[in-house]
Amino acid sequence: MGAKDGQASGGRLGIIFVRKGIRIRLPIPCRGVIYKEFAVVDHPTERPFIVGEWFNRWDLILLPLVLGVLFVFAWASGHVPVAMPVPRGESISLSPIYLPLYTLKTTLRMLVALGFSLLFTFVYGGLAAKGRRAERVMVPLLDILQSVPILGFLAIIVVWVVSRMPNQQFGLEMAAVFAIFTSQAWNMTFSYYHSLKRLPKPLMQAARVFGLSRWQRFTKLELPYAIPGLVWNAMMSISGGWFFVVASEAITVSGHQVLLPGVGSYIAEAIAQRNFGAIGWAIFAMFIALMLYDQLVFRPLVAWAEKFRSETTTGGEEPRSWMLDLIRRSRLPRRIGRAINENIVPRLRRFHLPRPRPRLKSIRVKRVVRMSPRLGDAVWVSLLALIGVVTIIFIGRYVFTRVGFFEIGRVFLLGFYTLLRVLVMTLLASLIWLPIGIRIGLDPRLTHRARPIVLFLSAFPANLLFPIAVYVIVRYGLNTQIWLSPLMVLGTQWYILFNVISGASSISNDLREAARNMGLKGWRLWRRLYLPAVLPAFVTGALTAAGGAWNASVVAEIVSWGGRTLTASGVGAYIAEQTMVGNLPKVVLGIAVMSLYVVVMNRILWRPLYRYSAARTEEGS
Amino acid sequence: MSELVELKHVRKEFSGPEEQPIVILDDINLELHEGEIVALLGKSGSGKSTILRIIAGLIAPTAGEVLYRGRPVRGSAPGISMVFQDFALFPWLDVLENVRLGLEAQGVPVTEQRRRALEAIDMIGLDGFESAYPKELSGGMRQRVGFARALVVRPDVLLMDEPFSALDVPTAETLRDDLLDLWRERKIPTRAILMVSHNIEESLLLVDRLVILGSDPGRIKVELPVRLPHPRNHNSDAFRAFVDRVYSAITRPTGTAVAPLATATLGIGSRLPSANVQQMLGVLDVVSEESSSGELELSELADELEMEIDEIFPLVEALELLGFAHIGNGRIQLSEAGKAFLQADILERKPLFRQALLERVSIVRHIYKTIRAEEGQRVNEEQFLAALNESLSDEEAERVLEVIVAWGRYAELFAYDYDSGEFSLENPTADKASG
Repeated sequence: MGAKDGQASGGRLGIIFVRKGIRIRLPIPCRGVIYKEFAVVDHPTERPFIVGEWFNRWDLILLPLVLGVLFVFAWASGHVPVAMPVPRGESISLSPIYLPLYTLKTTLRMLVALGFSLLFTFVYGGLAAKGRRAERVMVPLLDILQSVPILGFLAIIVVWVVSRMPNQQFGLEMAAVFAIFTSQAWNMTFSYYHSLKRLPKPLMQAARVFGLSRWQRFTKLELPYAIPGLVWNAMMSISGGWFFVVASEAITVSGHQVLLPGVGSYIAEAIAQRNFGAIGWAIFAMFIALMLYDQLVFRPLVAWAEKFRSETTTGGEEPRSWMLDLIRRSRLPRRIGRAINENIVPRLRRFHLPRPRPRLKSIRVKRVVRMSPRLGDAVWVSLLALIGVVTIIFIGRYVFTRVGFFEIGRVFLLGFYTLLRVLVMTLLASLIWLPIGIRIGLDPRLTHRARPIVLFLSAFPANLLFPIAVYVIVRYGLNTQIWLSPLMVLGTQWYILFNVISGASSISNDLREAARNMGLKGWRLWRRLYLPAVLPAFVTGALTAAGGAWNASVVAEIVSWGGRTLTASGVGAYIAEQTMVGNLPKVVLGIAVMSLYVVVMNRILWRPLYRYSAARTEEGS
Repeated sequence: MSELVELKHVRKEFSGPEEQPIVILDDINLELHEGEIVALLGKSGSGKSTILRIIAGLIAPTAGEVLYRGRPVRGSAPGISMVFQDFALFPWLDVLENVRLGLEAQGVPVTEQRRRALEAIDMIGLDGFESAYPKELSGGMRQRVGFARALVVRPDVLLMDEPFSALDVPTAETLRDDLLDLWRERKIPTRAILMVSHNIEESLLLVDRLVILGSDPGRIKVELPVRLPHPRNHNSDAFRAFVDRVYSAITRPTGTAVAPLATATLGIGSRLPSANVQQMLGVLDVVSEESSSGELELSELADELEMEIDEIFPLVEALELLGFAHIGNGRIQLSEAGKAFLQADILERKPLFRQALLERVSIVRHIYKTIRAEEGQRVNEEQFLAALNESLSDEEAERVLEVIVAWGRYAELFAYDYDSGEFSLENPTADKASG
C-alpha cells in the first residue's frame, strides 16, 4: 500500500515520493522522453517511474543473466567461419525512384516491430504487475535490458539467424525487426506495468463489485487506463526506433555486409559508392516520411489518447490533430464502429458465456502461499543467485580462455574512453541547450512553435547525417578521436532541449512574478529560479541523451566513407570491429563491459542526481 | 424482520512488518434488516470503510462470517451494489456506457442493457447527459452516474462509501433528498442501504439506525436507533439534541480498548494524531471565544470551524494528549495549560509546547533523549521508524514521524535534516544565539 522509500507511486495530484519518512507529492514538470531508467508514463503530467532502491541488489544477478542469454546465442551459433556464406541480400539501387519503396519497407519493419513490442508489453507488463515474486525479478530485469547496448545485440542475433535459419532472407528481416523491437519494447513495458500498478483503487473495486470478467477488466479498465502513457511511449519508441532501423538494414558481419532493402541500406550503398546526391535524396525521403508520420500517425494518436486521461488537466493546451478531427467528423468510421459494436461484438460475447462470477479465490490461494513468505522468497532468491553465479562462471571461463586478462583490461580502458566521450558530449550539449531551452520555455508562443520541431528532430535518424560529418573530417584532416565524438549525441541531444523547454514552460507564473518583484535579475535569477526549477526535467533529458549516446557509440565511433574508415578508440568501435571480423567472444566482452558501464553510471550518477533534483523542486502537499 | 446482511464476529488484520498483525477490526457483529438505512460512523482509522468493503466482497475478513440472505458471501454478490466516495467512474466511458457496465458484466443482452440503463438514467435525473463523458459533468452529476450505475443492477443492498463527501453542501443536499425520495416512494428495488459517513448531521437526516465505531482496533461501540420523523429538520431541537448525543457517544471511552482519549501519555508505538500546531491554536481560540468558561459542545465547535468530525478529532485528540484540553461527553474543555498556551505570545508559546511535549508524549521524549545521548548529537530517523513500525504499518509510522518532526520543529526541541534524514539538536538560530 505505502510506497517504499525512494519509490514513486501514483497519486491524484502527482507522484507520491516517499523519502526519509516524509511523503511528498511531485508534480513533475517535465514533459519528457525517458527511456533509460525512467519511463515516461503520461504526456502532460508525466510521472517518471523510478525503479526502487530495493531492486538494486538484483543487478548483481540479473546483469550476468542477461549477458548469459547473449552468450548462449553466441555460443549456439558456434565459431563462425570467416568465409561464412552470408547472403548479400538484394542489391540496392541508388536511383531515387526506388526510394519511396525503400522508405515504405523501412516503415513496415518499424510497424511490425511495434506490433511485437505491444504484444510483449501486455504479456510481460501484465505478468510483472500481478505476480509479486515475478515482479521482483521482471522489473529490474527490464531495467537491465534497457541498459544493454542494442546495436551490440544485433550482430549476435544476425550471426545466429544466418547460421541457423533455413530461409535466410526472412531470417535477416526478423533479425532487423528484433533489433528494432529491443529499442522499442522496454519503455513501453515499463509504462504499461506502471499504469497497472497505479490503477485507481476505486475503479478496481468498482470493476469487482460489478463483476467484470478478466477480459472485460482488460478492455474496460486496464487498457484504457494505460493508453495515454502507452501511446506516448510508443511514439517515443518509434522516434528512437528510426535510428535503429537505419542501422539494422546494413550490418557487417565477418567481413560481409548484409543489406535489407530500405533507407538504411540505401545510405550504406551511397556511402560505399561515395554518392553525395544519393545521401541527399535519402535524407529528403526520410524527412518526408517523418512529416507524414508526424501528421498522420503521431498527432492523431496523441490527441486521441487524451480521451483516456482520467484527470482533468489543468494548464497546458490539449494536443490537437486535424487528422483526428477529420476522422471524428466523418461519418464512415463511426458507422463502421457502430456496426461492429452492435452486430459483431454481441456475437463474440457468446463465446464468453457463461461467465463465472468472480470469487475471492485468488485471495484464498494467496493465503496458502503466504504461509511462509520468507522461506519462499529465500528459495527464490537463492535459486536466481545460483543461476547467476553459474552463468558468471561460464561466461568468465569462456571469455578468459578465448580472450585473456590483458584484453579484458584493454576493453575496460576503451570503455573508459567512451565514457569520457559520453560525459563530455552530454555536458557540451547541456551547456548549449540548457540556456536556449530555458529561453524558449519561458516564452509560451515560442514553446508552442518549437516543441513539434524538436520532437521531429529527435525522431530524425542521425545516422543519415553521419556521411556528411565524415566527409568534413576527411576533407579537413580533423582528429578523429575528437571529432567523431559529436556524432554520438547528434541524435540524442534533442532530448535535453525538449525536456528543458518543458521544464521551463511549467515554471509557475507566481514564482516568476515573485522573483521579478524581489528584483532578481541576471545570473542570480537563473541560479535561484530557472536552473533549479528545470533541474529534474533537465536531468531526465540528460540521462536519456547519455543513454542514447552509449548506444550510438557502436555506430558513431567507427564510420566509413567509400573505402576509408575512420575510427575513434572506444568500446563502441571495439564492438563494431569485432563484429565485422566475427569474433564472438570479444563481441560479448564488449557488450558486457558497456552494459556494466551503463548500469554503474545509472546507479552512481543519474539516479542520485534525479532523486536530488526531484526532491528539491518539491513544493509540499 | 429478516436480515439481508449479517456480520458475525468479523475480524480483520493486516500483516505488520514483524509478522505481528495489525488489527483493524475486532469482533464486528452487525445486522442489516430489510427496509432500513444504516450509517456507520467513526473517526478515521476506525475501519468503517473496511466493513463496507468486506460486505461488498472486496476484502476478505481474517476471521468471522459474512452472510447475505443467510448464505456466506464470497466475492461480489450480485445483489450487493456500491456507490463510491470519489465516484469511481470510468473516464473513457460515457454516461450510458458507465451505467451499462454492471449489466454488461452480467451478460445481459445488449438491447436489454440499453433499456434498463436509460431507465436508470431517467430515474436519477440524468436524461440528456447519456453521451457525456464524466469529465464534462459536475461533481453532483458524476455521483448521479455513480448511483445510476449502482441501481441499474437492481441490488437488494446498496452500500455507500461517503457518497456525498466529495460534493459541495447544496449539491450533496439535493442528491440526498432525491435519493431519500426514491427510497421512501419505493421507486428503487433496494431493500436496505448501508452507508459510511463522517458527517453526523448528514447521516442523521437519512438513517434509521446509527452504528458508532471506536478505533484502535475498530469495534462497535454503540448502536443508536434514530426514530425522528421524516422529513427531518436539522434545526429542530430534537435533531440538535440527537447530534449532541452522537458526539458524546463517539467521545465516550470504550474502556476495554487502549482508549487514546483517556490516557494522556502515549507509549512509544502509538499513533499521534495528524494535527498541526496552527490548527490546534485555532481550536483553542474558537473555544475560548465562544464560551467564557472555556467549554464547548463538539457539535458547536464543528459548526464554528466548518469542519467535519474526521478533521476535528485529530485536533482535539492532540490537544487532549498535550494536556491543553479535556474531552468527554461530546464536549471540549480548555485546561489551564491550554489557556496559558493560547494567551502566550509567539515566542512564549514555544517553551510551553516544548514542555507539554516532553512531559506527555513519550515517543518525543524518547527521541530527544536518544539524540542527546548520542555523540555528535545526530541520530538517523531509521531507528525511530523501526521502533514505530513495531506496532504501526509502514505508512502509519511515516505519518507519525512526520507529526513528530513538525511538532519537534515547532517546539525547537530538535532539528531534522530532510536530505540526510537525521535528527539533531542543532538549531541554526536559537543555539548559536544562546551559545
